[in-house]
Amino acid sequence: MNGNADKSKMPIGSVLVVGGGITGIQSSLDLADGGYLVYLLDELPSIGGIMAQLDKTFPTNDCAM
Amino acid sequence: MTNSSLLGVEGEPGRFKASVLLKPRYIDPAKCTGCGECAKHCPISMPDTYNEGLARRKAIYVQYAQAVPLVYRIDTEACIGCGLCERVCLAKAVTYADAPREISLDVGSVILAPGYEVFNPVELFDYSYGRHPNVVTSLQFERILSASGPYRGHLLRPSDRGHPKKIAFLQCVGSRDEREHAGYCSSVCCMYAIKEAMIAKEHSADPLDCAVFYMDIRAHGKDFDKYFLRAQEKAGVRFVRSKVFKVEPKNGTGELSVKYLDASGAPAGEDFDMVVLSHGFRASKQAVDLANRLRIPVNEYGFVQPGTLRPVDTARGGIFACGAFSGPKDIPESVTEASAAAADAARLLAPARGTMITKVEYPPERDVRAEALRIGVFVCHCGINIANTVDVTAVREYAKTLPGVAFTEQNLYTCSQDAQRHIKEMIIEHSLNRVIVASCSPRTHEPIFRETVRQAGLNPYLFEMANIRDQCSWVHQTQPKLATKKAKRLVRMAVAKASMLESLAGASVGVTASALVVGGGIAGMTAALNLVEQGFPVFLIEKEAELGGNARLLSRTHDGADVREFLVGLIDRVKNHPKITVITQATVVEVAGFRGNFKVGYMVVPRKDILRLECGAVVVASGASELKPAEYLYGQHPRVITQLDLEQRLPEPGGELPGAPLDVPALETMKSVVMIQCVGSRQQGRMYCSRVCCTQAIKNALRLKELNPAMDIYVLYRDIRTYGFAELLYRRARAQGITFLRYDETQKPVVEAVGDGLLVKTFDHVLGEPLHIKTDAVVLAAAIVAPEESNLDLSHALHVPLNEDHFFLEAHVKLRPVDAATDGVYICGMAHSPKTVDESIKQANAAASRAATLLSKTQIQLDPVISEVIDANCDGCAYCVDPCPYKAITLVEYMQAGSVKKTVEIDDSKCQGCGTCQATCPKKGVVVKHFKLDQLSAMVLAALAEE
Repeated sequence: MNGNADKSKMPIGSVLVVGGGITGIQSSLDLADGGYLVYLLDELPSIGGIMAQLDKTFPTNDCAM
Repeated sequence: MTNSSLLGVEGEPGRFKASVLLKPRYIDPAKCTGCGECAKHCPISMPDTYNEGLARRKAIYVQYAQAVPLVYRIDTEACIGCGLCERVCLAKAVTYADAPREISLDVGSVILAPGYEVFNPVELFDYSYGRHPNVVTSLQFERILSASGPYRGHLLRPSDRGHPKKIAFLQCVGSRDEREHAGYCSSVCCMYAIKEAMIAKEHSADPLDCAVFYMDIRAHGKDFDKYFLRAQEKAGVRFVRSKVFKVEPKNGTGELSVKYLDASGAPAGEDFDMVVLSHGFRASKQAVDLANRLRIPVNEYGFVQPGTLRPVDTARGGIFACGAFSGPKDIPESVTEASAAAADAARLLAPARGTMITKVEYPPERDVRAEALRIGVFVCHCGINIANTVDVTAVREYAKTLPGVAFTEQNLYTCSQDAQRHIKEMIIEHSLNRVIVASCSPRTHEPIFRETVRQAGLNPYLFEMANIRDQCSWVHQTQPKLATKKAKRLVRMAVAKASMLESLAGASVGVTASALVVGGGIAGMTAALNLVEQGFPVFLIEKEAELGGNARLLSRTHDGADVREFLVGLIDRVKNHPKITVITQATVVEVAGFRGNFKVGYMVVPRKDILRLECGAVVVASGASELKPAEYLYGQHPRVITQLDLEQRLPEPGGELPGAPLDVPALETMKSVVMIQCVGSRQQGRMYCSRVCCTQAIKNALRLKELNPAMDIYVLYRDIRTYGFAELLYRRARAQGITFLRYDETQKPVVEAVGDGLLVKTFDHVLGEPLHIKTDAVVLAAAIVAPEESNLDLSHALHVPLNEDHFFLEAHVKLRPVDAATDGVYICGMAHSPKTVDESIKQANAAASRAATLLSKTQIQLDPVISEVIDANCDGCAYCVDPCPYKAITLVEYMQAGSVKKTVEIDDSKCQGCGTCQATCPKKGVVVKHFKLDQLSAMVLAALAEE
């Protein structure tokens, strides 16, 4: 972008993602793969969210884990 | 950062300071190995929330075996401080002195995906939940079905651990119910209930009867109706249209009596062994508190509700919301929104891309060529998925006897984090140089294990998988002895192949950092703008002369946002962006190359030649259109129109009618309008729901009521599918006196011309008699159909398959909803399936996000599993050239020792390693690396050998 831009206006190349369910995980993966530093935060002691409680998912009946 | 809370965010978009509370875990994550010794000794037993209270856990616990991170935590509310865990922990990881800590993070953007919680039906006294053990919630039922659940995957009813013979599923428990403060539809329960019913039937050794009690089946997603049909016709799940008012325990029997009103409103009842309550979504308290702390408003139900045209925005710039935080939705929609939010964050932070990251460092790769064979075999129990059928210990013992095997082990879950760590340690400790995991499918798990062996200093292609689950334990559940024998054989085959594995490395190629977007509707333009604002130039190809697509025919979204104004703004931004090249009246005719490096040929009307462009990614946003119906007098009578016809004639509130209303009388003077739903949808040859029509019809009916409150409006429907917050619109429509009449697919309404007007004949299921309605106009909810011919052409050019209804097929319906099966191609908008404007916008941004993960790389590694010519064997017969589906093989001639030598050459960038050439070659002149003939024949010999 503009090389003369005021450094204090330059955005920070990191993102905080709140929630480690399937949604938060996907946001984090996209951003990390796109070159951003991601902090992924979850209230619970491990990530996975409600999807980790599911047995299988339709229509493929793949294991949700 | 698990076990943490976001306390607040200050600053401005691009430069925020976030304060985060790290809650004490009382275990040092750097030391804990997840071995579980502490939990074995912990004297406290308490309900296990992961298993929805159906099992018990200790006060020191991990949520589940595959938890990430696999670090224990002490629940201080239950812990009595006995000190046992500290004494038994070999890693010295227990830290009772742990205290909360606050940290501050500098971030450019924040994405909120705190999720939801499920409704607790204990409040619904009439359903006996919480008072009878055989009434469970659907999430509890998921746990019951799960191999890692309380009954280890056996379908048992909680009261007596007996096998249920009849199970009832009750829909809309705490959804579509204002008394429970949930006027909305939870969107996902119909489909999960159908899935649970089908899986329960599969799980059950004895015949199992499953009945779903429902009001409307909401199978509005892509191919959902086909699944619904499969449940009815193949699996024999019963569907009972009803309103359940009571679930009554039958004393002493464990059985439950379900009392309901049937479709005609008559009371009825039936007894079941178990009742599963399909409980709906609730905004979680944690999520609402978070929204409050961040000063982000929520709707009356506690969900963030962004506008339809900015579907992942919150009230604060730079902070985005996605997933169930912004309303009930299913997994693919959540994943799509997740990528859409990532796209918005990435657009905001584009100038800072790559400034905060460092590359992953791997240990140097060990050269194993001179080493003697040392194979490690890890056999997985997969909970009970494998171990219940296959004798895992016997398989492992057998593996020990196989040539070259230096180490064997069995794991409860080989895919868990601690098992990965352990495999790495074992590779190093035992100098293993080939690794086999006998577990599930390489389709899902091979990448994980390859990464693990790479981290241990081995080339990832020195890894092999034996699928003893999908191809063995699952399909031979009734024959454990034979299954064990087969598992041994599969392992023997894997060992035979592993003995011949070689280190492989793919070539590295550059990436053309620009994208092609096919289609200039809302989806295509949205994707183009996001990509260009992330810094990637875009070519936008549109087949019409004008941009805009279907949106040109829409006036307002169901929440009242002005589509026309939005569209004008969007077109303006696209046309005036210096780095978007808009090419109208153009069609893509051929695509060569591969992800990162596509070469596209296209034609522009009226020119006859093929023009060319190069790009790194392709976004398919080619759209779909409203069917021109061939029934209900459409096209024969001027007063029979479609919903889109009607929508174009609707005036702005308080404004004037746009244009002449053709032959239909002025809308405000009409006395009666009949709307017919599912015209061309959900029927033979088009077995899908067009998703938008119920909400569109109700939206338009309400607009007509606004114009003329005295107008009688009838909506003839099969199931009303106003999912999510659109249900509120349905409620409003009924409150305003719009009449909803259900019809059966076998007994469709009939439309007849009578004088200037029309007569609609249908059957009233509540009254149980025919009904004739005289009306001024009939409005048809015509199906949304994919452009078959042009989609077939594009599908062929891109090697992206279509589903049977000619919509583009995604790589995985749940987890990769916008990726195409061909790498570097992404799908969005109605090219994927029928959807609303806001859903198209989300999907378009999601496609842009996925494309950006590719375009932001300067180099990509090609897959090394491709063909290789054995020059000594190839005599240039060229048998392989034509069969190659990727046109990757060319015949070449050169002079050698004075004579012409013929051979073939493989284009590494085009070859996908499919193996067609290897199968065609009569002279062993071409092989696919990693699947060479000698490797395959070693496997075949191992398969045929005696034990």
